[in-house]
This record gives sequence, structure tokens and C-alpha cells, in this order.
Amino acid sequence: MSDITRLTVSETLKALKTKEFTSYELTEAYLRNMENARNYNTYITENAEMALQQAKESDIRYAKGENRALEGIPLGIKDLFCTKNIRTTAASHILDNFIPPYESTVTQNLLDDGAVFLGKLNLDEFAMGGSNETSYFGPVINPWSKDKPLVPGGSSGGSAAAVAAHLCAAATGTDTGGSIREPAAFCGITGIKPTYGRCSRYGIVAFASSLDQAGPIAQDVRDCAILLKSMAGFDEKDSTSCEVAVPDYESFLDGDIKGLKIGLPKEYRPDGLNPEIAAYWDKAAEYLKARGAKIKEISLPHTKYALATYYVLAPAEASSNLARYDGIRYGFRADGQHLDDLYINTRTQGFGSEVKRRIMIGTYVLSAGYYDAYFLKAQKMRRLIHDDFMNAFKECDVILTPTSPITAFPIGDESMLENPINMYLNDVFTVSVNLAGLPALSLPIGLSAGGLPYGMQLIGKPFDEGTLFNVAAKIEVDAKFERI
Amino acid sequence: MAEYIIETNKGKWEIVVGLEIHCQIISKSKIFSSASTEFGDDPNVNVSFVDAGMPGMLPTLNKECVHQAVKTGLGLNAKINKYSEFSRKNYFYADMPTDYQITQFRYPIVGEGEITIDLSDGTTKKIGIERMHIEQDAGKSIHDLNPTKSYIDLNRAGVGLMEIVTKPDFRAPEEAGAFLRKLRSILRYLGTCDGNMDEGSMRCDVNVSVRPYGSNELRPRGEMKNVNSVKFVMQAIESEAKRHIEVYENGGQIEQETRQFDPATGQSKLMRKKEFAHDYRYFPEPDLPPLVLSDEYINTVRAEMIELPDAKKQRFVETLGLTPYDAMVLCENKEYAAFFEQAAQGHDAKKVANWMMGDFFAMLNKKRLDISQSPVSAENLGNLVELISKDVISGKIAKDVFEIMSETGEDPEKIVEEKGLKQVTDTGTIETIINEVIASNPDNVAAYKNGKTNLAGWFVGQVIKMSKGKANPSIVNKLIREKLDQ
Amino acid sequence: MAIDNQTVRKIAFLSRLKVEDDKIEPTKEEFNKILNWIEELNEVNTDTVEPLISVNDVTLKMREDKVTSGNCKDEVLKNAPAAEYDYFAVPKVVE
Repeated sequence: MSDITRLTVSETLKALKTKEFTSYELTEAYLRNMENARNYNTYITENAEMALQQAKESDIRYAKGENRALEGIPLGIKDLFCTKNIRTTAASHILDNFIPPYESTVTQNLLDDGAVFLGKLNLDEFAMGGSNETSYFGPVINPWSKDKPLVPGGSSGGSAAAVAAHLCAAATGTDTGGSIREPAAFCGITGIKPTYGRCSRYGIVAFASSLDQAGPIAQDVRDCAILLKSMAGFDEKDSTSCEVAVPDYESFLDGDIKGLKIGLPKEYRPDGLNPEIAAYWDKAAEYLKARGAKIKEISLPHTKYALATYYVLAPAEASSNLARYDGIRYGFRADGQHLDDLYINTRTQGFGSEVKRRIMIGTYVLSAGYYDAYFLKAQKMRRLIHDDFMNAFKECDVILTPTSPITAFPIGDESMLENPINMYLNDVFTVSVNLAGLPALSLPIGLSAGGLPYGMQLIGKPFDEGTLFNVAAKIEVDAKFERI
Repeated sequence: MAEYIIETNKGKWEIVVGLEIHCQIISKSKIFSSASTEFGDDPNVNVSFVDAGMPGMLPTLNKECVHQAVKTGLGLNAKINKYSEFSRKNYFYADMPTDYQITQFRYPIVGEGEITIDLSDGTTKKIGIERMHIEQDAGKSIHDLNPTKSYIDLNRAGVGLMEIVTKPDFRAPEEAGAFLRKLRSILRYLGTCDGNMDEGSMRCDVNVSVRPYGSNELRPRGEMKNVNSVKFVMQAIESEAKRHIEVYENGGQIEQETRQFDPATGQSKLMRKKEFAHDYRYFPEPDLPPLVLSDEYINTVRAEMIELPDAKKQRFVETLGLTPYDAMVLCENKEYAAFFEQAAQGHDAKKVANWMMGDFFAMLNKKRLDISQSPVSAENLGNLVELISKDVISGKIAKDVFEIMSETGEDPEKIVEEKGLKQVTDTGTIETIINEVIASNPDNVAAYKNGKTNLAGWFVGQVIKMSKGKANPSIVNKLIREKLDQ
Repeated sequence: MAIDNQTVRKIAFLSRLKVEDDKIEPTKEEFNKILNWIEELNEVNTDTVEPLISVNDVTLKMREDKVTSGNCKDEVLKNAPAAEYDYFAVPKVVE
């Protein structure tokens, strides 16, 4: 075996079962990779000691034949998931010394299935960003970077870069407006944001509660299916999680797609759409058509308004969710003579500029006199956007779109920095899905002329992740995308 | 009731008052977390990670808090809303770990209702309930342990509260007092809140405005927060009304403002004004989907409802023949009413009520006992009344027997038996005593026969005294007259 | 609906964030840019549309009234920047 860290999770599980190598050896190999690739800045906190201990226990389980679904698989965890006794920062100065005394439900599910945690992965501060540049711990470098360092996408930039660079077998991500799918696309790997309510939000640092969902980022479609099975499930500690049985997602991979109706929303093909991604989009549709699927144009008429809707609702919820970071019970505290001074100094020094911008926008759209004009208006628009999808799904089973209109861009890109709206526009294909609460998967489709990956997005009906895995597996086979 | 009018040398004014009452819900665990609601423990013991507002923690709704709220809503004769919604009220506050309060805003669980209050002149008045919603309580700050620091204890943070908002229906301080007493009585009957204002489990905000007598206008109100006794609420209304009138009569205007009532001075003072007014930025709580109650559920709770003080009072008056006043006093407290009903079982209810209102309460008072600790059981009190009714003992002897009962807790029959206190009704024995009294008082006999017939009473007294109180007075009376008139 | 400098100050205070005096103007301009962009929503008439509050059609589940958490004050206080006598300590709060 040349490099055991280049295997997918499914391949690794087989190898561990047949004792080709041990989890301990594998974990050591990943830790070595991590050490050699620190310049990518993917990990905020490395968890070597605990990981090796977990790996040892997994090896004992294998020896006894008591191995569980993810026994001994070394994972990276987005640093937005609270992990018991492991520092959890949300990539913010305000939490940079926070050690949770509890475990998020999703990471607990993974631990219960035998996963090994290599460490906590970098992200945009509080998951607010699309390039991983807002992290207090500095930007992550996309392993696809050529001459100058590129962003990995965001907010799960550390997760996507680490998976692409084999610094973990797979990773967890969260997705509020595209935070799993966009970095997966930028890094040439696969990620899925499941249906809202599919994974518990308990123990995940909240950004926008009505939009946040956890999901896996992995080498391929099968790995995502394996990971999601483990992460998902009803949790009585999260009142928004749903009591819907979790199927064996891997079993969908071998399904056929004959007669399946694939919708291509015409609104996602504006006049100025990048011709490269437009061509890949057509190609993906061709693959599916060749396998017997029916391709049809559909309409999602309120698409145009999704971004503005999102940039009202998400900051509004965030402004309230982030109020608790006030320097009293945990995290960073700045001095202040009076309580209000303490609050203001702590929050002003503790939060980065993008987070502060969103908190203030969110505060404004909820404030007296503006609630109806902005927040209530956006909630109504959300209904229209949601209903667009429900109507579309009367005509099709799955929707196929690009994940992002662009490929990874350079760190510190002027046009992105000068106007926050330019950065927000990158989420144009992904935010509607969060507003509608639907499952959506991104997988690599091919490279740009400059040699950077593009991603395709599949959007499904609520709780129909299985069909996404089925369709994605077909595109994956046909696209023959070569990962790093 | 007589109208409450404040008259000055410049004119007549009437007051318009509404109340907002926060009532802590009786439940084992908190409304959105599974930590205990116990008080009196060490600081920050009954605090879960949810209560501490830790990152990623989520609220989950306690079934019992909803149950208690629906019960209370029914007790307020109010509409139970099948659809309600939780909202976040955003403001920074050291005692509130998430810096927002989960409450209900646009869609409260309980809608309009009304309760009847009993006024001192025997009349009643209906007070409208605007709404009632459920929410979480904040923690407590301790300011006196350190000169430069405040200390925060989150044990209370997250305890369930019901906030009851009345319509501005009060026109006199007494009405507000009567309302609070009635509300407390209802909550205690239902077991949904212990109603202890001094311990803060029931807290009252008072909104006061005044207007020229006879007008219908609504003027800006002074809001006084957390007034913590019925007496202080009435004082706060009076003093605030006087303040408004003074301002108006001197040509000034009242601004809507939040004030603090100080029981020591009997006055309210303005709370510190901030640079920017509060802006609570309410929005629907995204962590909790809407609360939907079925008709079936509401009906199940309705079926659990017990008889409340007003219905009980009416029944005591109409079917047991109590005076409205006695009925009101006995019904204000669920335990009194239960004790009374048990004592009156099969006996003369009116007499039982008289005994409770008289000697019984006096005894509890003197001994500083709660009714649950009474040495005299309800059954024994009933038996005592029965002994009087059946002429086994006289009312006078009964007082002695009660005295013994309140020391020993014994059955009155046993006491009467053992101490030989039974009334003598045997005419032979009584006649013997009468003869003795007549023989030893010839002068009085002569006087009686000469027309001083009112001496009969004196003779009766002598006979009863000689019988050590046991001779039945009516028999003695009858026989004495027979003898003397011979 | 353009916002003014006083509104920026008010929003900053409600958010408990400081915007330095020389940053008020640029912040205002940036916000107005974003709000302007958001106002494209007004192109759509939503008078008869019900706001969407919860995407998954679930109603609130309720928990049994049992005490299953708490009693962990060390863990609750462990991350506190200042804890004294088992309390969280803050500068004196003046009511």
C-alpha cells in the first residue's frame, strides 16, 4: 500500500477490516500529513494525543470483531461543532479559549460509530463567509492553488481543503447558505447539506438557526452516504430535528435513474453565466439523459430574490444568536468599568469585521419600525421561494444546477473585499436551498481552463437524500473527475 | 362599590390601572431545560448548559409548563389558543445568559378572559384578562457581596413564568388588591403557582394613569416594576395617581416611563434612563417550531379542572346556606374550603362555618399554625358541632371541649364521655337540684311570686351552676317555671 | 430607507458594538449599499403571503417534566473569565 491516506472511507473500512493496516497506523499517517501541510492552515486545533488513543481502542475493537460503522476512521471536525474537552472556537477570538463540557449530537453520533477525531478544522468566523478569510486564525489555502494561494471557499473551508489534501479521511461541515457545497466545489470533492431537521443542531455553534444544517464533506459520493448515515437522526434535544427514519444511504448508490425527471431551472442560467460552467452543466445533464433520465426545464421564479432574502434572515437570526458572546460566562472578556462597557469592549475586540457587520445589519432589520419592511418581508419572500421548489417538484424528482458560478479565487481578492455584496453573490446558487430547507449535494464535474474544479449541485425533495446519492453516483462515474 | 374619586381643589380625577403579573410555574424542571427548579440551593447548582446559554445549546419545551398554563388559562375563564408561538425578546442583561428571553409575543397561549373580584362592601366586579403567555425567568444578581462587583447566580434562570396581563379595568387601589388576592387564590387552587409575592414567585408590574372624572381618554401611564406585595401595589397606585394629578394640575405632562416603587418611602422613582430606549427586536424563536394544541388535549385539561373559589363560594351560599362573607373567607383558601367541607359532612354546615370562623381560626392564629397542622381534625370539629346539635352538650360546654381538643387532638365524644360533660336531660336529677335551689332561696321565691318573674333566669343559672353546666338549659327553664308557677 | 449616523450609533449600541467616530460615516454608507440591494425585495407584492417561520412542517414536541440535567456547577463555571464563590462575577451592576 503506497499511501493509505489517499483511500476513501469505504476503501479504508475494507482495509481495516481485513487488517491491511491498523487505525493507529492510519491515524499516525494522517497526523504526519497534517504536520507536513500546516501551511494550508486547515486545522485550528490538532487532537493528536486523543486521536491516537481513540485509534488504539478501535484497533482493539477490530481485533475482537466488535467494529462499528466508522470504526477507526480519522475525521476532521469543523470547529463549529462543540467537542467535549476539545477547544471549540468557531474561528473567533471571542471563543478562542472555550473548552466545551459537552459534545454535539452529530459528533457524538460519529464517536458512537467508532470515528477518530484528528482535530478541529478552520472556517469563516462563526461560519460567516464564503472564502474562509474571516477566520481569526487566518485564511485556509486551497490545495488546488497554483502560483498564488487560492481560497478554499467557505465557510467549511478547512474541512474541504483538509479532505482534498488528505489531511483527514472525511470531515464534518455545516451549511447555512452554501457553506458545505461551495467549498466542496472549490476543492474538487463532494459534500451534502441534508434536509433541514435531518441532523441535530444540538451542540453546533449557531449562526442562523432556521438555516443551519450539518453534513459531511468527503472524497466521493459513497463516503458522503456512509458519513451522513452516521451523522443523521432525530434528536430530542433539538426541537427542529425531524422524526424521520434514516435509510441506508449507500444502498441508493446502485439504483438506476431510468425515467427519473431532472429539472434544470431556467433562472439559474442568466445571460452572463460563465460559459465554462454552463457547458459543464449541459454535460452533466447529458450524462443523466444517456442513462435514461428525462431532462426538463423548470422555473423557480423567485430565485432572483433569494440572496437578498437570505441576507436579511441570516443576519437577523445571527444578531440574536451571537448576543450571548458577552464576556460573562465563557470566552474572551475585555475590561470595562461598567457592564455595558464590558459588553461593548468584549464584543468589539472579540468579533471580526464581517461578523460585526452582520450583527449590525441583523439588529437593524429587526428593530422597531423596520421589522415589517425587512424581516417580515424576507419571511414572506422565503415562503415564495419555498413554494417555487414545491411546485417544481411536482414536475421533477431532482434539480440539477451549478454549485457556484465561479472557481476558487485568490486570497485577498480586491473585488471581493471592496464590496461585501460581491462576496455574497457567490452564494447565488446555494442559498435558496437553505431557505427552502431542502437537501442538496455538490460534486466535482471538471476543471476550468485554469485547472480549477467546478461543482455541480443536485437538489432533492425533503428527506430524499437517497435520490441525490443515486443521481450523484451516476454523474461521478461519468465525469471521471480526478481528485488531488 | 363606591366610586374612588380623587378630589383636589381644582377638580375630580379617576384612576385607570392595569396589572401585569409574572407567576412562576410550579414544575419539577425548567421550561426550556431539564434542570431542577428548586430554590435555596448553592449558586449555579440547578443550571444546565442550556440555562447557562452555552454555544450550540437549544431549548426544549417542558410539557408540564404548557399543562399548567392551559389549566391557569381555563381558571381565568380565558380562551386557550390552539396555535401559539415562541419569540425572542432581545436585550443585554447580566442575569439572562443568552441575552434574549424566550417568551411569547404575537401568539400567546392564552387569550382574553375575566375573573370576578370580591369587594369589601360585598359587591363584585369583573376584571378583564387581556392575555397570558409563557416565558423563561432570568437569574439573579447579588450586589452586596463585593463593593465593586455583582455576582450572578443562574439557578432561577429558565424557570417557567406565566405573564398575565389585565385590561386597564381597575378604578380603585382596592380593586387591584382584591384582584391579586383572587388571582393568587385561583393559582393556588390549581396548583400552578404558589403565589408568594414576598418570595418573588408572583411579581406584579403596575400601570397607572389618571384622567378627569367622567372622561374616557387614556393618558400616558407610569409603569412600576416588580411591586412585591398586595399592600405595596395599592400604595403604589395611590402615590402614582397623586403624582400624575399634581403634574397635570401644575400644567405639566406625564411621559410614559418605567418607575421603581420604594416601599420605604411609599413613592416611586424614575429608573435610570438610557441613552437609547429599549428596542426588543422580537422575532419568532427559530429553535422552537410553533406550539399546536389539539381540542382533545384542551378538553382533557378541562376535564381535570377542579371547582374554583367563585363556584365553590356560590355553592356554599346556595346549597349550604352560608353567608356570602363566610363563604368568601372559607373559599379564598383551598385548604380552608376543603377542611370546611370535610367538617360539614353530615353536620349543620352553617354551625360548622361559625365554629371555623370563630374559635377554630382564633385557635390557629393563637398557636400560629397552618390549617394543615391543626390539632383539631375536620372530622372532630364536625363531631363537636353534632354533639351540640343533638343537645348532648351545650354550646358553653362545647367551648371547653374545643379547648381540650386543641390541646390533645382527641375526639370530642371521648372527651365528653371521659370528663362526664354530657348534658343532664333526666328530669328527675334536674328536679332534685331545682328543689334544692328553691329550698335554699326562699326570699327570691317570694319575690318571684310577687311578680318579679324575671328572676326565673337567675334560678336557671343557679341550677346550671350546681349541675356544673351539664343540665340542659331548656329543660331546666321549663321545669323551673313549672315549679315556681305552682 | 436610507439610514443616518444616529441610526448607526443606535444599532451599534443595541448590538453592544463600538463604531469609532471616524467609522460612522463609512459604516453608514456600507449599510445603505446593502440595504439598497435588499430593497429589491420590494419589487414583489407579498401582501397576501404568509411569512414562513419553520420550513419543516413540524409542530413543537414536548419534553417530560423530569430533572435530568444540572448539578454541574464546576463545568458551568469552568470557562468563565471571572468566577468567584461559585458565581459569575461582573462589574457592579447599577440598577
